[in-house]
Amino acid sequence: MSDLVLVLVTGLGLGALYFLAASGLSLVYGLMGVLNFAHGSFMTAGAYAAWLTMDALPGSMAVGLRLLVAAVVAVLVGAAVGVLAEAVLIRPLYRHHIQQVLVTVGLSLASVAAVQGIWGSDPHPVAKPALLAGTVEVLGARLPVDRFLYLAVALALYGGLLALLERTRLGLVIRAGVENRTMVQALGIDVRRTFTVVFGLGGAVAALAGVLYSQYAGTVSPLQGGSLLIYAFIVVVIGGMGSLTGTAVAAMAVGLVQQLANYYAASGIGDLSVVLLLALVLLLRPSSLKGAAA
Amino acid sequence: MSARTLLRVLPPVVLLALLAYLPYLSFSVPGVLPGRVNGPGSMQLLATCLVFAGFALSYDVVFGRTGLLSFGHALFIAAGSYLLTVSLADWSMPLPLAVLVALGGTTLLALVVGAVALRVGGIAFAMVTLAFAQAASIIVLRDPAGVTGGEEGKALARDAVPELLVGVANAPYRYWLALGFLVVALVLVRLLVRSRAGHAMAAVRENESRAAVLGLSVYRVKLLALVVGSFLGGLGGVVHALVLGGSGPHLTTAEFTLSLLVMVVLGGAGSTWGAVVGGFLYHYADARLTEASGSGVLDALPGVLQSVLAQPLFVLGAFFVVVVYFAPSGLTGLGGRLVRKGVRT
Repeated sequence: MSDLVLVLVTGLGLGALYFLAASGLSLVYGLMGVLNFAHGSFMTAGAYAAWLTMDALPGSMAVGLRLLVAAVVAVLVGAAVGVLAEAVLIRPLYRHHIQQVLVTVGLSLASVAAVQGIWGSDPHPVAKPALLAGTVEVLGARLPVDRFLYLAVALALYGGLLALLERTRLGLVIRAGVENRTMVQALGIDVRRTFTVVFGLGGAVAALAGVLYSQYAGTVSPLQGGSLLIYAFIVVVIGGMGSLTGTAVAAMAVGLVQQLANYYAASGIGDLSVVLLLALVLLLRPSSLKGAAA
Repeated sequence: MSARTLLRVLPPVVLLALLAYLPYLSFSVPGVLPGRVNGPGSMQLLATCLVFAGFALSYDVVFGRTGLLSFGHALFIAAGSYLLTVSLADWSMPLPLAVLVALGGTTLLALVVGAVALRVGGIAFAMVTLAFAQAASIIVLRDPAGVTGGEEGKALARDAVPELLVGVANAPYRYWLALGFLVVALVLVRLLVRSRAGHAMAAVRENESRAAVLGLSVYRVKLLALVVGSFLGGLGGVVHALVLGGSGPHLTTAEFTLSLLVMVVLGGAGSTWGAVVGGFLYHYADARLTEASGSGVLDALPGVLQSVLAQPLFVLGAFFVVVVYFAPSGLTGLGGRLVRKGVRT
């Protein structure tokens, strides 16, 4: 029983990280039809920004406080990188979807190489607050505290994004833009500015995911973003591209399946069963993947 | 044979003859090749470049010719490479049988993966193929039952391979093997492109719904393109394993597929020579830039810039973005445009 609780909680925690990584991707894809390969670079940018900030802050500060400041810096950096990438690289290529993908591929290759060149390809350890490193006992299982943090952040993000989409004018424009971009433009609304905002938002969320993932892994390394991105892709495909709730459900399912298979079958089977899950979804419900409304 | 066909056929034949003759040239070209032209270093570098040109060509069948944005092509190259090395070493098969197993296995894999992944189109197809390739990457790294060798890779069983292909001194033979592979791939792709199936592939690329309305089975055309491309990729994987003496896990990574995409787009997607030039130049630049950064060319630059520019992938990635913007038809397209401009004026 206690094992099952532990596996379920770690699975949900992992799912929360996948949701953080995938939601920005799904948002950008849903509105703009851009498959952003540089999303992993945004995550890496966030993780490194946080790591550098934590190192730069005086060691006398509490680790938790430093992490908080670092996370804020990382989110700002991520938003800036997202806005910059959209304005400089993506915007001139609207309606050229393949070229947009190619440009983000180039950006991701170059940025990983740049990070390797500047900070080296070896992982750097990241300080973890004592509170998060500890465990808490629930139903006889010793559960790592940090998983609850990931879950809380993911839940807050889900609520926040949902509120943004449903309750604000920006959300209205985004939802309308997903439905029919030309019509929104015809009504005199500058969709392009919305695109920039959404890309910035995606970058900020990606950076947050990067920070939390580096906490999960205990290190930052140049290839971290890319490996998380692949799971984010799988989650986005399973969840139905552009659908936030679908993404959330798929992220939790993927996290749970991975952890359960890793625990009850053999280590390493989890990653494979995720791909099997994807194949299964494709075979049974190919129609769910053609993109849904946000 | 009319003068026109002669003019079209002659340059590739001359180029082929020249490339086949390279192992007899014993002078050195400083800065371009490491050591003598027929020295083992140059031969190995050129052989690998030719294999990469073939890889790019095989990917172009899928991406450039049929318009399928696959992010899983590395899977099939790796399948060819690993099936060869594993069946030689662990199942102690003779070389011809191992090659057959590698090619057959790769084709079968392409059929299965393609049948599933082609149920979705466009960007979703890209993601699904990526996921399959990632699964293979994970399997290879986990090293099930010690078969794939994990991060170390799998060495080629030397005694199962003809002596001509083993050892430093026999680098020219491996070079000829790579050249032969490229020629076979080129001929097959040319034949495919001119066949009915090739026209159907082009139709699907240009306008999928229209091709469907015309009565083509889009699904089958796409599957055919994927299988043929994967077969050529698997053949390339076999040659790659023979030339480099083993299989490495880097062949399975998503980065490798992305670099195939970069090669094809750099050279010019949907054009035979574009893919060949792109693959050749990409690997050449990748190998030589690493060397150039170690030779002190960059010493005058400030530290951070120096360490960033020392990464070949940074230079290639940035160059790739520039090409996507300013030369969407790739380097060969750009070259062709300049030539036509020159002819007109």
